[in-house]
Amino acid sequence: MDSELQAAALAIETEKLNLWYGTFQALYDVDLQIKRGRITSMIGPSGCGKTTFLRSVNRINERLGYVRTMGSIRVLGHDIYRPEVDLGQVRKQVGMVFQRPNPLPLSIRENVIFGYRLAMGQQKVSPAERDEIVEKALRQVLLWDTVKDRLGRPAIGLSLEEQQKLCIARLLPVKPAVLLMDEPCSALDPKGTEAVEELIWELRGEYTILIVTHNMAQARRASEECIFMLLGKVIEHTPTEEIFVTPENQETADYIEGRYG
Amino acid sequence: MFEASQLNIRNRKVERLWGLLFLVMTILLILPVLVILGVLIYKGGPILSIDFLFTEPKDGMTAGGIFPALVGTVWLVAVALLASVPVGVAAALYLSEYAPDNWLTRVINLAIINLAGVPSIVHALFGVGAFVLFFRFGTSILAASLTLAIMTLPVVIVATRESLQAVPQAFREACWNMGASRWQTIRHVVLPNSISGILTGVILEVSRTAGETAPIMFTGAAFFLPFLPQSVYDQTMAMSLHLFVISTQVPGVPEAMPFGVALVLISMVLVMNAVSIAFRMYLRGKKKW
Repeated sequence: MDSELQAAALAIETEKLNLWYGTFQALYDVDLQIKRGRITSMIGPSGCGKTTFLRSVNRINERLGYVRTMGSIRVLGHDIYRPEVDLGQVRKQVGMVFQRPNPLPLSIRENVIFGYRLAMGQQKVSPAERDEIVEKALRQVLLWDTVKDRLGRPAIGLSLEEQQKLCIARLLPVKPAVLLMDEPCSALDPKGTEAVEELIWELRGEYTILIVTHNMAQARRASEECIFMLLGKVIEHTPTEEIFVTPENQETADYIEGRYG
Repeated sequence: MFEASQLNIRNRKVERLWGLLFLVMTILLILPVLVILGVLIYKGGPILSIDFLFTEPKDGMTAGGIFPALVGTVWLVAVALLASVPVGVAAALYLSEYAPDNWLTRVINLAIINLAGVPSIVHALFGVGAFVLFFRFGTSILAASLTLAIMTLPVVIVATRESLQAVPQAFREACWNMGASRWQTIRHVVLPNSISGILTGVILEVSRTAGETAPIMFTGAAFFLPFLPQSVYDQTMAMSLHLFVISTQVPGVPEAMPFGVALVLISMVLVMNAVSIAFRMYLRGKKKW
């Protein structure tokens, strides 16, 4: 019973996670416990393994044939590397937002409903149900008022900021538990960045958000917990305010102060 | 300051010379096309008429029209399309969307390139052995079209694969990350965005088979057969073979006739190409990324 309660409090839990690209080891014994409903940021210099970690949590790393993973990753208490696990089911629970917004070449409406349609399989989605889902998702990402009059227009026509919000919105109808964000603001201008950060902040509580960023200020502004990684290892994992004020580790302090990057 | 030096002036001259040379080469390239078309229109144009297109050959093929050959060529190309498109598109989908990058895939790719290099007469003999004799289709449209289909498979595969690969990878990733399987990704995103390119590419490539002679002359095309084919098991006349026959095998054919046949044949191919290129331009204008 105890372990079940604990599992419910943790969205992602890894144990001795090691990962190799061919012969290059990208992750070393990563033990992380990421709390449910919180925003956790991952920082660290390029190549430290933060994106690799992110991409292991919904198993898209495996698409590269030469990736080998050892150890365990549990999402909501369930090991996602068990043989009976279906990748589609994992990705439904664990959505991903990329650096560059990548809306599908469909209308705004169809982008939002796409994942839901996939999840429904043969069952048809009625127009009323569809409109309700689309509106709810777009409202959640603070995009409804801007696009409500042009839902039928191609999503590619939106600004980058709006596209990125749309990419977040389209994950929501299938009710994911975890949202992974790989530098979601790096293609946006400062105003867009602010808007998307604001949105991420709005979503906390309801979703567990794991966000990889190069932008230290962003980690500080838009996350509650912060993980610092270096050369494939987790160096520090503490509440965000602590890591930036009183880092435990010298390497963390040096990175945060910009002595290397 | 800034005036051209001796060296600048020399460079400019050399520059102009090279540009001129390349222009001349390009003109030399299109010259044969213009001459061929010009001669065909000049010599074959006068014989063209509705009657020429829609009546049978008469008097030992020295008079009359080309209707059976025209219809036969349409049959041959259509059946070849029906056979090669599903196989070619499926193979391209596998190679582009499913195949892992391993030795087997590389061998398949190599085989496709080599298949494209097989001379058409070799395809013809293969067609005789495989379709006419082994599968007992006899000399028929079916056997001839299947031979054409095998011959065009490599180009169908290559054209399709190019269209598929023109769909940005980001779309696929977006799909996969929403839990879509490979097939769902193909069905909902990759195919809708490439099907037009696939079709135009394939029509463009396959229309070239309209002019092929060797692969059909042993497998299904008849020397002279003044009836229209009723099914794929019939033999048929074909434009390309008819042109060969009246140019070299039959005495007493009026001079304009082979030119007329050639003109009709080349027009068929050009029209198909033009339609497919226009279609492609229209769709490219509509593309949203």
